[in-house]
Parts: sequence; C-alpha cells; structure tokens
Amino acid sequence: MPLQLPAVKLAGIAPEIALSATALVLLLLHAFLRRDGWYLPLLATFGLGLAMRLAIGAGDPPASHFAGAIASDGFASFCKVAIATFGLLTVWLARSTVIRRGLEEAEFYALVLFATAGMMLMAAAADLIVMFLALEMFSIALYVLVGFRAESPASQESSMKYFLLGAFSSAFFLLGIALVYGATGSTTLGPGGQDNIIEALNAAPAGGASLLVLGTAMLIVGLGFKVAAVPFHMWTPDAYQGAASAVTGFMAAGSKFAGFAAMLRLLDGTLFSIRWDWRPLVVGIAVATMVVGSVLAVVQENVKRMLAYSSIAHAGFVLTGIVAANDRGVAGTLFYLTVYGLTVLGAFAVVAILAGPDDSRVRLVDYRGLFAANPLLAGALTLFLLSLAGVPLTSGFVGKLVVFAAAVESGYVWLIAVGAVASAVAAFFYLRVLVVMYMQEPDGDVVRARPDPLASGVVALTAAATLVLGIFWGPLIRAAENATFFAGV
Amino acid sequence: MTGGFPYLDAIIFLPLIGAVLLALVPSRDVRLLRLVALAITVATFVVSLGVLANFDSGEAGFQLGTSAEWIAEWGIGYKTGIDGISLWLVMLTTFLMPLGVLASWSITSRAKTYFIFLLALETGMIGVFSALDLFLFYLFWEVTLVPMYFIIGLWGYERRIYAAMKFFLYTLAGSLLMLVAILFMYFAAPGAPTFDYRDLLGTTLSLDAQRLLFLGFFASFAVKVPLFPVHTWLPDAHTEAPTAGSVMLAAVLLKMGAYGLIRFAIPFFPDAAREFVPLIMVLAIIGIVYGAAVATMQRDLKRLVAYSSVAHLGFVVLGFFVGTVQGMSGGILQMVNHGLSTGALFMLVGALYDRRHSRLIADFGGLGKVVPVLAGVFLLVALSSLGLPGLNGFVGEFLILFGTFLGHRWWVLPAAFGIVLAAVYLLWAYQRVFHGEVTSDENRGLPDLSGREALMLAPVVALIVFIGVYPKPFLERIEPAARVVVRQLNDSCVLPDPGDCQPSAARTAEAP
Repeated sequence: MPLQLPAVKLAGIAPEIALSATALVLLLLHAFLRRDGWYLPLLATFGLGLAMRLAIGAGDPPASHFAGAIASDGFASFCKVAIATFGLLTVWLARSTVIRRGLEEAEFYALVLFATAGMMLMAAAADLIVMFLALEMFSIALYVLVGFRAESPASQESSMKYFLLGAFSSAFFLLGIALVYGATGSTTLGPGGQDNIIEALNAAPAGGASLLVLGTAMLIVGLGFKVAAVPFHMWTPDAYQGAASAVTGFMAAGSKFAGFAAMLRLLDGTLFSIRWDWRPLVVGIAVATMVVGSVLAVVQENVKRMLAYSSIAHAGFVLTGIVAANDRGVAGTLFYLTVYGLTVLGAFAVVAILAGPDDSRVRLVDYRGLFAANPLLAGALTLFLLSLAGVPLTSGFVGKLVVFAAAVESGYVWLIAVGAVASAVAAFFYLRVLVVMYMQEPDGDVVRARPDPLASGVVALTAAATLVLGIFWGPLIRAAENATFFAGV
Repeated sequence: MTGGFPYLDAIIFLPLIGAVLLALVPSRDVRLLRLVALAITVATFVVSLGVLANFDSGEAGFQLGTSAEWIAEWGIGYKTGIDGISLWLVMLTTFLMPLGVLASWSITSRAKTYFIFLLALETGMIGVFSALDLFLFYLFWEVTLVPMYFIIGLWGYERRIYAAMKFFLYTLAGSLLMLVAILFMYFAAPGAPTFDYRDLLGTTLSLDAQRLLFLGFFASFAVKVPLFPVHTWLPDAHTEAPTAGSVMLAAVLLKMGAYGLIRFAIPFFPDAAREFVPLIMVLAIIGIVYGAAVATMQRDLKRLVAYSSVAHLGFVVLGFFVGTVQGMSGGILQMVNHGLSTGALFMLVGALYDRRHSRLIADFGGLGKVVPVLAGVFLLVALSSLGLPGLNGFVGEFLILFGTFLGHRWWVLPAAFGIVLAAVYLLWAYQRVFHGEVTSDENRGLPDLSGREALMLAPVVALIVFIGVYPKPFLERIEPAARVVVRQLNDSCVLPDPGDCQPSAARTAEAP
C-alpha cells in the first residue's frame, strides 16, 4: 500500500512557528552576545506581536491542514490572539518583577514563548495526538518556569509537584487517546481530514459506546488537571504559591485557556453527539470545582494561595459554559477565559509588585493599610477582585453572565443556582482582602511600592480592560460568537 | 420620551459626573470637598424637580424615559422610565441626598473617597428605580452594594467591618439567586431572548416555573426589605454605618427591595404571587410585631431606630400583598414616609452622637432642658413615625390598614397591635432621653441644633407635616400605577392555559 503523505501547508501553524523561531533566536543571540539588555524583551515582544498578527484573520475561511490534524478556523484564531496577549503581558511583567533578581532573562522569555506556542497549538489541535503534543509542549515549559527561582526551595518543590502530577495526568490523557482510537478507529477530531471521529460517530452512533465513554472520561481527567478542576486540583495551590507571581499569572490565564479550548473542541465540537454520556461527569466536576474552590479559598492566609483556590472556583464556572454545549456556551466560555485571563494577570501583577524582591510579602497581613500607602495599586487590585467576585460593571460579571446564560439555555438552571451560591461564598474572601487593604492598620512599616513603568503599564492595561470589557462588552462577545465552531461547521 | 430635556437620565448620571469632578478636588481641602458634594446633590435635586413637573399624573404607564441599544445581540438596552411608584422613590433619593451630605460634616478622614462613594451610591439608587431593562436594573442594584459596603466599612463605628461584610454577603447571596431567575426569564421571553422589562411582562410561564422564579426574585428583595427572618443584617448595618449611611440605607436602599416586589415579582409572576400571599402576609405581620417588640428592648438608640425599620417595612409589604388599591397606595406612600421619618431619626441620633459620642439611651436623660429645639424636632419626628394623625405616617398606615381590612379583615388586628408597640418604644425612648432631670453632668453643656443641622432637618419636617395634612398630590400620582399592580396581583394571569387561573378572593376595591 503506497504511503500517502498529507499536503503540508505551514500557514496553518504560522504563529506557532513565529514564536518558536523567535525563542530560538533569542537563545542564540544571548549565547553569542553574552549579555542581557533591552533587546531581549523587545525581541520577545516582537515575536509575540508577530504571532498575534499572523493569527488575526487566519481562520477566514476555515480550513484544516496536515490531514485534518490542525484546524485553522475562527476559534483557533480567537484563542491564539488571546493567548498571545497573555504572553505579552507576562513578558512585560516579568521584565520588571522576575528578571530584576538576576535570573536568566533570555531563558525565561524563551520558555514563555515556547509555552505560548504550545498553548496556541492546543487551541488549533484537531487531532488527539497533536493535542497531546501541544499539551506537553506548554506543560514542560511551565514546569521549568514554575521552578525558575532555583534559589527558592518552595519554587523547586512546587515545580516538582506540578511535574509529577502533570506527568500523571498526561498518562491519563494518552490512555484516553488509545481508548477513543479503539472505539472509533481514528484520532482526528474532524470535521476536516479523511476519516475522523465525528464521521465515525455518525456512521455507527452506538458502536463501541462504553469504550468511547471511558476514553472520553480519561481525556477529561487529563485536561481537568491542566485547568485545575476538582478533584484534579491538588497541585494548584502549591504551584501557584511557589512560582514567581508573574509566572503564576501566566499559568492561571494561559494554561486554563489552552486546556478549556481543547475541552471545547473535544467535547462540544467533536463529541457533541454523545453529550448525554459526558455531561453527567462534567456537571459533577463543575459542581465540585465551584464549591470546593470557593469554600477552601475562604480559609487561606496567603494571597497567592487564595487566588489559586479562586482560580479553581473559576474553572468550575467555566465548566458550566462547556456543559451548556451550545453556541452561546462556546462563545461565553471564550469570553470568560479572555476576561478572566486579563483580570487574573492584572491581579498577579499587583501581587508581584507588592511581593518585593524575594517574592515574600504575599501574606494577607502584608496587605494591611495598602490603600493608605499605595492608593493606585490598591484601587487596581480592588477592581480586579471585584471582577473576580463578579460584581457588575467589571468584565468578570459579564463573563459569569454569559456562561450562566448559556447553561440556562440548555436547561441547567439548578447548576447555575449552585454557581450563584458558590459565587456568594467566593465573594467573602475577595472582600476579606478589601477589608485588610482598606480597613486595617499595618503592623509595622508599609512598604511604598515603586513599580517601574513597564509593570505599572501592565496593571493599567489590565485594569482598563477589566473596566471597559465590563461596560462595552459587545465587540468581544461578537468576536467570540463569530469564533464558535458550530457556526463554521 | 418624545423630545424635551431628558431629566431622568440627567439625574441618573449627574451624581456620577459629580463624583468624577470631585476626584479632581485636592483631598486636603475638606471644606471644598463638602461644598462641591453639596452643590452636586442640590443640583441633582433641582433637576429632579423637572422630573416631577413633567410627570403626567393621569398616565399609568412609564414616562420620561429613554430607550437606546446597548448590546443589541443580547437584547440588552439602556432603557429607563418611571411611573407613579418609582417617581416618589426617585424624588425621595434626590431630596435626601443633599441632607445626607449635610449630615456628613463630621467626616474628615478620607473625605474625598467618602463623598465619591456617596455620589456613586446616588447614581446607583436612582438607576435602580428608573431601569426598565433587567440587565440594567441588576447592574444598578449590585453597584449600590460597593459604595455602601465601603461607607459602612470605612467610616462606620466599632463593629463596622463585621457589619459591612454581613451587609454585602447577605445582599449578594440574595441577588445572585435573582440573577439566575433573570436569566431564566431572559430565555422564556416571547420572541428573541431579551432583558426588556416591558417585553418580558408578556411571558407565559407554567405555575411551577413561576413559583421558582418568584422565589428567586423574592430571595433578593426579601433580604433587602428586609423581611423576617432574613432581616438580621439590618440592625448591624444600620447601627454601625455613619449617619448619612444609615439615612440612605433606611430611607432608600430598603425601598429598593420593596420596590422590586411590586415592580418585578408581582407583575412577572402574578399566579405564583397570589399563591404566596398568605405566607408573605404572615412574614410581614411577624416583621411588624417582632420588629416593634425588639425595638422596645434596645439600649442603643440607633439600634432601636433600626428595628423600627423592620416593623415599618413589614407594614409596607403587608400593604402590597393585601390586594387592594388602598393597601398598595398606602404601601407606596409609606415607603416615602418611612424614608422621611426614619431618615430624620437617624440624623437626630447622629446629631446626639456627634455631641456626646454615645448612642446609649442610659447615657442621656433630661436633655429636653439642655437642647429644647432638638428635643422638639425629635418628638415631632417620633410622632410621625408612630403614625399620629396630621403627620405623614398616619396617612400611609391608615391606608394600609384600611386596605387590609377590605381584603383580609382579621389581619388588621395584629398589624394594629404593631402600631401600639411603636408608640411604646418611641415614646418610652423619648421619655428616657429627653424628660426628667439631667442625669449626667456631661450632658449639661450640650449645644442645641446648629444652623447646619437645622438646615438639614427643616425640609424633612416640612414634608412630614405637608404629607400629613395634604397627601393628595402624592396619592393622585401613585394611584394609577398602584391600580395596575393590584390588578396584576388579583386578576392577571400569565399561565400558558388561562383556564387554570385562580383570580384572587380579595376584592379589587375601588378607592374612595
């Protein structure tokens, strides 16, 4: 049987190529020049900007490349632009808060670029093998980034934990691929390509059902680790606490985005016809995630851990959009992930600025009297926290509204009622931070933080986005609605 | 609104613009900050007189509003408008706000932030009463939470943090359930999903759906009103808030809950509302008697006034649900009355606190000789609050009781008992604070009302007397809108099959 090679069109993965190339150039340049300087962040910025430019409009008209393994559609395009934005903000924030401490600047940016490329690929992956490749690509970069503060035992410990549990979850994912392949005879999701899972399901709706459901469950477990859904969330608080704050923000924004993008394409896009099989599982995970994340966050005394549990709770809210499995749900999930990413990056930017040179001032008590000492930073953090809590006029409220609306449309009113109660519990710990910042007097001296212009810029940008997207959210939700794959199929 | 100046939208956003202006004033200059805040709130009140002047009292529907697209794909619009129910609540807000600023003279720390929050609060409150789009309504509803949270938490008394937290969480928990119900309504709308209030009024819903949705809205509004047994945040929040905070909480924020009941809960789900009438009446009566009984036992003047609010709001809700025009009109008027008299009581207690730094009844005694004017005003306001004929409270309570009598005769008895208790706790407190000999030397040299305090109380007292003597201009604007809601409660039906409807047993009695 003659081997048929698929047509190779690199245009489908141009942004990823741009990022990887920039990362390599960055490493090589640094190796030869042997000195740090402004050229490094500039180059990283250029690479991310280029990737973003290449991603914009790339999915019009939708196409699939590499024998259906890579999708080039509005969905991938939307995700890539958002993920590149997160990468950009991370680079800028890292320049002023992480790099200052004498860490390897070039390597740091290169890792951020590789991770970004992996996350982008995740959003474009239309084949389970490619999805696994992308998952590993950004995960490995993140393992290193989490442990990047080599001098800090906490950082190393969290990196190790993250790595071990991540590897564990990868095994689940692989097993899931094998089972799904066994049930359908394909790893390609479709609808592009020769034979794919969608077609297999259409051809034999009941064929190999139990194998398929088991495989799907394994895939959900694998992705559940990445998005920090309960009960696969155990690594989250430690990794979030141990990593440098800029890296934590990137993890919260980016890896959640990538994991959920894959989940959307897999569950809502490909396995839509067996939704009655996977929905109970995802609903259960969503309820557990919302409740556990919100409740455990209440007792945290460390701001980074608190935000880690908050990110778990948010994963639960996002899952309601995936359960919805309708156009509104896909668009709402994309919207939610975008605004959550921007908000949480902003929050971690403030945390990074306040944490001081050794990233140690992250306890709740360190925030006492923050408003009196740093009114602007406190104001920005207030905005971010209100957005995370879902108070109107912030983007976080709109995000909740759109995913909740999608779930209600699918008839999951009770799930949203659970979400509403969890949100009310969650509000408590955001308010706790506000109480500490505004209403308590500091123990000793309050450090007047003097963020450099770049870090301040990141805070200002994300704060502006949080506010503007809370009021004029029409354009973004329209873009997300145009990016849903149901429309393109 | 066809042409003309958009008075309503102007008063919604004037305070917000003022808050931005205030941000430009140097924060050291507290005097200037106060004057700017006062000027903005007075200007808002003056513009709101335009709303009153242009209001057509013969019209039962919404007027003076605007309608603009916001996020068209999602059926969200900027839609405003008022009827006879919201008119007086809007006017009450704009009327009390300058007085609230006057009552905030003692705020000197972080005064700029304080006044910015106060102005933002005003925008939120007027917005709640004017919004005719559920998304917009929810937005304003929640936005009032944040400034009030900070006002209590930053400028309140000893247990302010606890009180602020409790206030925020109770209200948020209620309103999130309302959000779920709103989202359900959004998809149940006839035609494309929409948040437009007037479009949603025509939604057909099964009785089961109505029950659940009614409870979703009711959860939010009952916490805000507050109805027994979810009233427990109120004594803390009212007691710990600074004077202007307490005034705004009692006079306006509680009314948001009562307003929501007759603006949304009854018109959207009349069949379910009819079913819940006995339950809600029982809760209202418990609120009346329990609030009054607990108020009697209070040692702290502010807590006493706070519990009296529970009782008064019980009357309001009773009036809403008895199913007669008199009860409804009385309830709406009583919202205004309570705003005036309780607002004034909080101002007076605040004035006492400013002089003596205590709110405990035991610390006072015989003040009538020391501060005769203050004592006189206090007595008048207390009499208005307990419903003395000739003052405003009487008109509202009489109408509610009369309406209750027409609809549910025997329910009048416990409600009337609540009025007796009101006389007990208010007059007893008055007696202990102002009568007799001066018991404490510290109280001997207290100054009487200052010019500023007189300025802030005089308009309220004038209105208290005016409404008591001549309530017609108020009632004739309230009645057309009240009649609509009563008809909805008694006869309307939004069930898919109209044959299933059970019109209320209560007579839709005509007003005298």
